[in-house]
Amino acid sequence: MKKIKEFLVENSIRLSGIIIILVVILIFIFLFKNAIALFQSYSLKEFLTGKQWYPISEPPKFGIVPLLLGSLLVTVGASIISIPLGISCAVFISEIAPQFLKDTLKALIELLAAIPSVVLGFVGMVTLVPFIRSVFNLPTGLTALSGSIMLALMAMPTIVSIAEDALNAVPKAYKEGAYALGATKWQVIHRVILPAAFPGLVAAIMLGIGRVIGETMAVMMITGNAARIPHSFLEPVRTMTATIAAEMGETVRGDLHYFALFAIGLVLFLITFFINLIADIALNRSRR
Amino acid sequence: MKRLSPKLTQTLAYIFIITSTLIVILPILGVLFLIIKRGLPAINWEFLTQMPKMGMKAGGIFPAIVGTFYLIIGTLIFSLPLGVLAAIYLVEYARENIFTRIIKLSIVNLAGIPSIVYGLFGLGLFVIFLHFGTSILAGSLTLAIMSIPVVVTATKEALESVPDSFREVSLSLGATKWQTIRHAVLPYALPGIITGTILSLSRAAGETAPILFTVAAFYLPRLPRSIFDQVMALPYHLYVISTQVPNMPLKLSYGTALVLLGLVLFLNLWAVIIRTHFRKKKKW
Repeated sequence: MKKIKEFLVENSIRLSGIIIILVVILIFIFLFKNAIALFQSYSLKEFLTGKQWYPISEPPKFGIVPLLLGSLLVTVGASIISIPLGISCAVFISEIAPQFLKDTLKALIELLAAIPSVVLGFVGMVTLVPFIRSVFNLPTGLTALSGSIMLALMAMPTIVSIAEDALNAVPKAYKEGAYALGATKWQVIHRVILPAAFPGLVAAIMLGIGRVIGETMAVMMITGNAARIPHSFLEPVRTMTATIAAEMGETVRGDLHYFALFAIGLVLFLITFFINLIADIALNRSRR
Repeated sequence: MKRLSPKLTQTLAYIFIITSTLIVILPILGVLFLIIKRGLPAINWEFLTQMPKMGMKAGGIFPAIVGTFYLIIGTLIFSLPLGVLAAIYLVEYARENIFTRIIKLSIVNLAGIPSIVYGLFGLGLFVIFLHFGTSILAGSLTLAIMSIPVVVTATKEALESVPDSFREVSLSLGATKWQTIRHAVLPYALPGIITGTILSLSRAAGETAPILFTVAAFYLPRLPRSIFDQVMALPYHLYVISTQVPNMPLKLSYGTALVLLGLVLFLNLWAVIIRTHFRKKKKW
């Protein structure tokens, strides 16, 4: 009797592991199956290199380039803002701040991570967007710049907490050795701690970027959603994620447009897969 | 050019670092302040308990609150058992082999998938392929799959923090492997598991993209009758009234944002309380 129970429990535990693998495979299969349906009547080359996204014109055009550039632009913008700020903030929390400030700052960063993206999108809409509009004297404040700033804020919890872990993991002996040689605190941070934590910092940045590329709601609410090739940060853009979210409701199940949105989903899946793979490798290296 | 003295360099670096930290922290406080200050005047008994009226421009958000509540419960039902069992497998049973590595890689990969891609997957598998339709069931399953990496990671950490001596003593007394896990490991890992699960639910409650095509209803001023019904949900409702409805009174948007934020922070607060409470009681 006991044996049977043990057998059942053990196998259901093993089964749950298998289910998790299955889920990932299923996600890939469902994206792939629906995406591939597009390419039976639309050429893959035109999808990947087409410069026009006109899903409801006749004939429809599904060029992903403007959406890819839209995602790229806000991601680059968000990275430029969030990487130096996030790493600096992590250095402050891990190396400089006194204990009580450390705890408060960490709690605040955790709190930021908890705020739903649609709430941040809404706040961005009512504060950041009019601000950008009046500062740069634009016809609309719904621009790539607004999106970049908001995404930088949203990437902060990921970057700060993982970077802080990496900085904390640097062995104490490294610091003590440097201090013994008469280094100032900043010299220790700059020459010893940051280089030693480098792989962990890379992981923090990669995961932050992954978060930015995948973000949907806030981006859709404040970047203006114009599906054309952007020429500056002060123009409206549309990202891949926002395209799926905004257009899926208008499609008819099984038409080309529907499949095209799955194709974008597949592209997103592959991009984030590789980013996470790099981050995972960097994290494993930093633990060693 | 003369090199700056180490002292001066340090001062300049500190100024940069402290300024950066302020730039990160101040917007967080600003967002909280804004939502609370502008949202509070909108909150009253009617707002929380009435159906929306006049195309959502008046009345309350009761169905959205109920919808989000159902989705949280649904997510919990599917994500907790699967996530906890998978973590038990990884920590207690798995050997270092290719199967284990694939599970770990799958979890890392799941954690990184954009939420809108989960939405597509939920639409493809649950709504269409399995014929669940846009329903609470489809939405909960989609959110649950998105939550699994968080539950697995938290459970794994909790199980790993239980000392091996606990297992060794139990096994040496003749207990089976499962008896050991059930009586000597799980009880001590429970606080960590609960904390991680609550955090995953708080995230699921605030997500919009995965529920867009799987469950969320634009405007449905009645309560759901079964798990195959659509529901309104707080995050989607906030999105709808702040972008899709023209001439919407901003007050209602702020009120909805505050209710959603309050719910999410309430869940997080409980997670933190449980975590600190048990950390103090921990004796090993």
